[in-house]
Amino acid sequence: MINFNYTIWILLIPFLMFIFLGLAGHKFFPKLSGVLGTTGLGIVTVLSYLTAYNYFFLSEKVDEAYQKITAFNMVWLQLTDKLHIDIGILLDPISVMMLVVISTVSFMVHIYSLGYMKGEKGFERFFSFLSLFSFSMLGLVLATNIFQMYIFWELVGVSSFLLIGFYYTKPSAVRASKKAFIVTRFADMGFLVGILILSFTTKTFDFIALTDPNGSAITQGAGIGFLGLSVMTWSMIFVYMGGVGKSAMFPFHIWLPDAMEGPTPVSALIHAATMVVAGVYLVARMFPIYAISAPAALEVVAWVGAFSSLFAAVIACTQTDIKRILAYSTMSQIGYMMLALGVSGYGGHEGLGYMASMFHLFTHAMFKALLFLGAGAIIHAVHSNYFTEMGGLRKYLPITHITFLIACLTIAGIPPLSGFFSKDEILAAAFHHNKILWAIEFLVAGLTAFYMFRLYFSIFWGKETHYHHTPHEAPATMTIPLIVLAVGSIFAGFIPFNELVTTDGKGFETELEMMVAVPSVLIGLIGIVVAWVMYKKETAIPDKLAATFKYSYKWAYNKFYMDEVYLFVTKKIIFRFISTPIAWFDRHIVDGTMNLIASITQVSSFRIRGFQSGQLQKYGFVFVTGTIFLALLLIYFWR
Amino acid sequence: MNSGIPLQYFLILATIMFFAGIYGFLTRRNLITILMSVELILNSVNINFLAFNRYLYPHKLEGMFFSIFVIAVAASEAAVAIAIIINIYRRFTTINVEDVNEMKF
Repeated sequence: MINFNYTIWILLIPFLMFIFLGLAGHKFFPKLSGVLGTTGLGIVTVLSYLTAYNYFFLSEKVDEAYQKITAFNMVWLQLTDKLHIDIGILLDPISVMMLVVISTVSFMVHIYSLGYMKGEKGFERFFSFLSLFSFSMLGLVLATNIFQMYIFWELVGVSSFLLIGFYYTKPSAVRASKKAFIVTRFADMGFLVGILILSFTTKTFDFIALTDPNGSAITQGAGIGFLGLSVMTWSMIFVYMGGVGKSAMFPFHIWLPDAMEGPTPVSALIHAATMVVAGVYLVARMFPIYAISAPAALEVVAWVGAFSSLFAAVIACTQTDIKRILAYSTMSQIGYMMLALGVSGYGGHEGLGYMASMFHLFTHAMFKALLFLGAGAIIHAVHSNYFTEMGGLRKYLPITHITFLIACLTIAGIPPLSGFFSKDEILAAAFHHNKILWAIEFLVAGLTAFYMFRLYFSIFWGKETHYHHTPHEAPATMTIPLIVLAVGSIFAGFIPFNELVTTDGKGFETELEMMVAVPSVLIGLIGIVVAWVMYKKETAIPDKLAATFKYSYKWAYNKFYMDEVYLFVTKKIIFRFISTPIAWFDRHIVDGTMNLIASITQVSSFRIRGFQSGQLQKYGFVFVTGTIFLALLLIYFWR
Repeated sequence: MNSGIPLQYFLILATIMFFAGIYGFLTRRNLITILMSVELILNSVNINFLAFNRYLYPHKLEGMFFSIFVIAVAASEAAVAIAIIINIYRRFTTINVEDVNEMKF
């Protein structure tokens, strides 16, 4: 056995760094805190890679399968003998994979932020929040039990809130951070309900006990049901609701585009690569339960994922804010991952979708972080978020241009870049499960290529815009992460995920299915060509098309009025018909009762205070009279 | 047992003393006199104790003991009360109870 005790430092270092920078950073080393935070994360990255190497190549396999290892466990809160909440570290293929993803992207974002955030007010605050986020995200993926996961789940929510609202003097940022927090918090309520139902039926929080396919927990709650679905299915649907909120799936996606108000490195780290895939990770973590005892919930996962990916892709085609396009693209890609989980089965080749989902999560983290960081470099150079104000930037930003192109090709699924492999596995899994889902994702693949290259051509080619001052390439701290992530995007596809990350821990054989792969590459190419025709040079085609499909364009441009629907539901319905009467009741009935009691006391005490005259003999007189009166009463009634 | 004086006489005496004490307590203005009235009340109670003990339960001694206890308490109470009165005098330069009315609303 390999000793995994050192993994505790993966959690402790960012946590200590957060406290250290948060408390001492401002006073003692405002300039140095970035380097300190980055160094800490660098150590974490090294430890994560070491863990991955040890786990995948050195640890003993039992029966050809990777084992789940509890590297560390302690009782954190002992409520009763049976009910206790533990904190621990669980190593299994997905958590180790997530370790690599999170630490890599986080490390790159730290380095990038050294350049991007240089000279900003609150530099050290930024790095302490980044450390907090890294800590909570790592804690989330390493959780041994669902309650620990819930705790860290909320912690990533709060660090996301803090980082979106980083520019807290900007009203839009404040609004966005509140929106993100409230929407995800609302979804997390479903998660909590799910946890409670689940743990009530299975009597355990522990992941190993919960997800053991041969264990007793997984068969609990299968019979008894509500509305035709079993208890387990309901609990899994509720748990999934939390995932929907965190992963910005329809209908809880509205916070993600607004979250782009945060600094761009934050968008890259939290709202593209790591935190938003927490929902996918959650489903993957509970996957044996979904697959074996709650297949109906798994259907829900698949359809929500498919719908979200199509929905987001259509919106992304009409937006002009580059960060928003990337946000919708993220939502669309996460839809892919959800769909892949939804169409997967358990064990061996059946688990192709599961493997594909994790694979896509991995590659997506690389190329989407790259896209965001590239967008950050562009914004840094042009000082605008709208690609309508850009054009012909390829001459000014050569490194950003090349890396951005690589990322776009990757997300479009062009072989042999990594996006091709992972997307192809997903499409193959969907193809064997349900042709409609496959058709949706096939269409989305084309749309993805189109909107990404629309973005690419508009920024780097297109019309020559006159800039106030010549845009210049970002400093080395910003370009190095771009290059590293570009290399990752190119080569991540060759990692044999089918050997490493599978439902039951055993590897299985996959082959490239030409039936699926060729059409998806073709539609990707078609998307690119269409974008090339429309946006390579400034043409009138986009405006003409927009005019032809006026209404559908307007709907998509306004994000299908989802924000307005939410505003209508909250302001017009919830506020007016629930909150206002409750507020009235609170102000007039509850407060009124209290005020009445208080004023009665005040008035009557004002009236009777004259009795307290300070005259000793008056008191004595009252006392004696009262005593005599009582004595007479007693005598009279005694008999 | 039969000493000639009926029980009622003792009770009448005690009642007169008690109400004299109450009257003095309520009407006198001098704190020392008020204290004396309180002593009068206590002594009337003592008389009651002793009389009842003597006439109703001649073989028991609880009444006696209780009146001794009351005398002891009365003595210490007088000491404390006089100490308080002296302090009041030092502060207000009067022992008229009507002038000592700081403790009010």
